[in-house]
Amino acid sequence: MMVKEEKGAGGGNDIQWCFSQVKGAIDDDVAEADIISTVEFNHSGELLATGDKGGRVVIFQQEQENKIQSHSRGEYNVYSTFQSHEPEFDYLKSLEIEEKINKIRWLPQKNAAQFLLSTNDKTIKLWKISERDKRPEGYNLKEEDGRYRDPTTVTTLRVPVFRPMDLMVEASPRRIFANAHTYHINSISINSDYETYLSADDLRINLWHLEITDRSFNIVDIKPANMEELTEVITAAEFHPNSCNTFVYSSSKGTIRLCDMRASALCDRHSKLFEEPEDPSNRSFFSEIISSISDVKFSHSGRYMMTRDYLSVKIWDLNMENRPVETYQVHEYLRSKLCSLYENDCIFDKFECCWNGSDSVVMTGSYNNFFRMFDRNTKRDITLEASRENNKPRTVLKPRKVCASGKRKKDEISVDSLDFNKKILHTAWHPKENIIAVATTNNLYIFQDKVN
Amino acid sequence: MSQKQEEENPAEETGEEKQDTQEKGILPERAEEAKLKAKYPSLGQKPGGSDFLMKRLQKGQKYFDSGDYNMAKAKMKNKQLPSAGPDKNLVTGDHIPTPQDLPQRKSSLVTSKLAG
Repeated sequence: MMVKEEKGAGGGNDIQWCFSQVKGAIDDDVAEADIISTVEFNHSGELLATGDKGGRVVIFQQEQENKIQSHSRGEYNVYSTFQSHEPEFDYLKSLEIEEKINKIRWLPQKNAAQFLLSTNDKTIKLWKISERDKRPEGYNLKEEDGRYRDPTTVTTLRVPVFRPMDLMVEASPRRIFANAHTYHINSISINSDYETYLSADDLRINLWHLEITDRSFNIVDIKPANMEELTEVITAAEFHPNSCNTFVYSSSKGTIRLCDMRASALCDRHSKLFEEPEDPSNRSFFSEIISSISDVKFSHSGRYMMTRDYLSVKIWDLNMENRPVETYQVHEYLRSKLCSLYENDCIFDKFECCWNGSDSVVMTGSYNNFFRMFDRNTKRDITLEASRENNKPRTVLKPRKVCASGKRKKDEISVDSLDFNKKILHTAWHPKENIIAVATTNNLYIFQDKVN
Repeated sequence: MSQKQEEENPAEETGEEKQDTQEKGILPERAEEAKLKAKYPSLGQKPGGSDFLMKRLQKGQKYFDSGDYNMAKAKMKNKQLPSAGPDKNLVTGDHIPTPQDLPQRKSSLVTSKLAG
């Protein structure tokens, strides 16, 4: 499903990715608040949510397909936007709490309203997004502007009726889940029972019920008795898509632990430990840092999970703990740049990864606004760029190539020319279609496959 | 462990046969390590250990001691506490941070540009 490297391709099952839309400001001067920090499609793919460093959430809705204009799928337009989190200061601990939205997770739709969880470092909130397209008019005792009528003028009974009005989309916070995390929340994940969810910080994972805000159960605690003995932290956690008793969490040391909540109340002892053995002679100062897992995602099928570390993406079969079944190099050419990447802190960048709807292709971001896709079946991969240069709708994106050393071919870009400030950390894939959302620092790009 | 790619040009970023990766993997990483140690000789032996993780856990820590602040306020009575001046992060000597010194974090009143 990849674009062949040769020109004039398009036969067979290869996908040709086309620019569809870009959201956000054009100017290069990026305000901190506008930095996109999370991107997530809902379960149907009709809604696309983004969170930013300023604590704001913007939700886009796909317009219904126009059957006549079948050459493209519906566009995503702004549906709702609201301030989810505000900056806070914890005076007791002298801790500044950022309003940056770390993660958004959608609940499956149960009624007319939509629900999502959004979290910053300390507090998780359940938001209800509902539509209002009619309003009552003709109250008996009130004027249209709300003032009460003079009772002596009311001589007949008038029953209000609902009349259509312009669509209004309202977001309201329904639950606030606070004060359960001493450290910084990095993940939230909704259980397949759709009643509970987990939240993970650097050292602990808590289990919540969506209806209950004053209580949460601690299910993982890796805080050592003596903090001097601290050697690893939790970097991501996720519930299994089908087994409501199973979840995984990844660590800064490159391990993934699978836990079964039926085994005990406190899941400090893992059921499975996924770790790829490392040749000790290969070890360097950077080994542990680049092995730190920045994201873990189950496949839709639930049979596999994917992890992202600094240089690669690994696919693990849940039945095999001792090594991944597939490994894809994202930007191996950076291995000879680790010194400067450590100095400019880029080595600590946390890239996310995602699966397509059929689990056949995985995607992750890189630098220079490049992003990569790996087809697990054909074993082909492609590098594309999110740039305003290709912003004519239905323009097929041209594959990019980085030249690691020596003679640079035409159209290739050398490693030293890469812009390390242009990072694609967050990407999302529509659950059913070949539509992807790619976030650069402050812009959101939407790409689709070419529809003939 | 690495997938063999159907590339005419065995570019590094797409992965190679296991042996090649290991050979190429050792040298650049160790060379980079040597570069780093040359620049920063005092860099600790255990990079992934406590120091680095502690820094991560302490993200967001600012220094405002309400005890000091209230004591100082009581002592000064009606006088104003000396404020931090231009450099708000400076906390040295007799200076006691006041709530005014802490960078006020106001939430964005502006709508996100993604919605614009």
